[in-house]
Amino acid sequence: MSFISVFDVLGPNMIGPSSSHTAGAAVIAFMAHKMIAPPLKKVDFTLYGSFSRTYRGHGTDRALLGGIMGFGADDVRIRNSFQIAAERGLAYSFTPRDSGDDTHPNTVDIRMENAGGQVMTVRGESLGGGKVRISRINGVSVDFTGDYSTVIVVQQDKPGVVAHITKVLSDRNVNIAFMRLFREVKGRTAYTIVESDGRFPEGIEEPLADNPNVQDVMIIEL
Amino acid sequence: MDFHSGRELLEICAKEQSPISEIMRRRECTLGERSRDVVDHQMAQVLDIMRSAATQPLKNPVSSMGGLIGGEAKKLWKHAARGKAVCGDVLLRAATYAVAVLEVNASMGLIVAAPTAGSAGVVPGLLLALQDCYKISDDRLADGLFNAGAVGYLAMRNATVSGAVGGCQAEIGVAAAMAASAAVELMGGTPEQCLEAASTVLMNMLGLVCDPVGGLVEYPCQKRNAAGAANALLAAEFCLSGISQLIPFDEMLDTMYAVGRRMPLELRETALGGCAVTPSACERCGGCV
Repeated sequence: MSFISVFDVLGPNMIGPSSSHTAGAAVIAFMAHKMIAPPLKKVDFTLYGSFSRTYRGHGTDRALLGGIMGFGADDVRIRNSFQIAAERGLAYSFTPRDSGDDTHPNTVDIRMENAGGQVMTVRGESLGGGKVRISRINGVSVDFTGDYSTVIVVQQDKPGVVAHITKVLSDRNVNIAFMRLFREVKGRTAYTIVESDGRFPEGIEEPLADNPNVQDVMIIEL
Repeated sequence: MDFHSGRELLEICAKEQSPISEIMRRRECTLGERSRDVVDHQMAQVLDIMRSAATQPLKNPVSSMGGLIGGEAKKLWKHAARGKAVCGDVLLRAATYAVAVLEVNASMGLIVAAPTAGSAGVVPGLLLALQDCYKISDDRLADGLFNAGAVGYLAMRNATVSGAVGGCQAEIGVAAAMAASAAVELMGGTPEQCLEAASTVLMNMLGLVCDPVGGLVEYPCQKRNAAGAANALLAAEFCLSGISQLIPFDEMLDTMYAVGRRMPLELRETALGGCAVTPSACERCGGCV
């Protein structure tokens, strides 16, 4: 949403105690869990800045673990997420670390491993008021917030992929709010991130993935 | 339909012959492209969560994550029942509900940030107290929430509601300004009086620092929520009695923001100053964050 809603003032509805250290942490992890196929087997959280110093008292650890299991920031199960993770056989760890000067004060690196052995890393920053930013995926710098419906296309950096994505979206009448391509090295893995005002049509992953240079498609809707 | 200042809001209220709550509700429908029913339904959910957080700890106290608070709401509730309270009914109830919400928040329960988690007790505390004492319906209480939302929106847009940016005056100060404005509308005041009450609160809480013990949203946050409710009630009383407020809301908001930006870093949520560094707080906290 592009305006300050009354529910931005009287909201978010959230598990306390802190919108940045608890709700924001849950949202970051929730977004991360949408980026890897379930079931998750292991997750490691590395905490930087204020996260690393006050994560226990703010329940940042429980919120991160809850988010990674798919709990929203207002899900009361967050309080018991250690126990629920144990029941689900999800291994987890938290490592506080001194951050470099360029790291945002409330930053977390999440390393996820699923039952199929796939590994994925995501860096998120909690910006305050429950707002967040994903700033890195698998080491590649990206930038999106989850305020909009987001599709992430993981692709080989080759000509024609972006045209393919926009065609699939326009054929289905999706209005693009923002679209950006992120890559580290020419010709290697790149990430196209498309943000849209409305929700994406059901099953849009399939046609988006139907291109030889597309490796994966992820939809993130909060 | 949109407004960018208190002055513009009052102009629209006058032109439309409508209270602040109604203007804010219409703004939400227009800009959010959602129907009145949907918006009202969501606000009813907000009220449900607020009520639950404000009342649960009266019977079932919980200890906070950091261990600094827990059980205060129940103590106030029992104290009120003994009939020896020094506050009046409205204030004591508002304070009780406000500390209850912070107790729920600090123990990882479900709350509505209003406008932040650390200031989440003021608005529900005061509105639910008014409901108890003046038999106000839930629909009217929702009007109060829309009214409060208008004040909070202006603070978010034109100043800040972050303790790290503007100190406690920006969090609990704004929450109390929201609550005061809502209370005036619910008790029959004019839109002008609503914003005068909000302005009065910002004036009376000007300069309040954010100094959480241990860096946690517990202490002094919980007691300050109750103090915010008291400030809001007093400001509402002033305005409803017809006492004028010299400084308009927009100017007071600018002033609050300017004072906040001039606060030293130590007094803006860093736990490096104020209550957080008193010897007793340091001893209790048991280690620097």
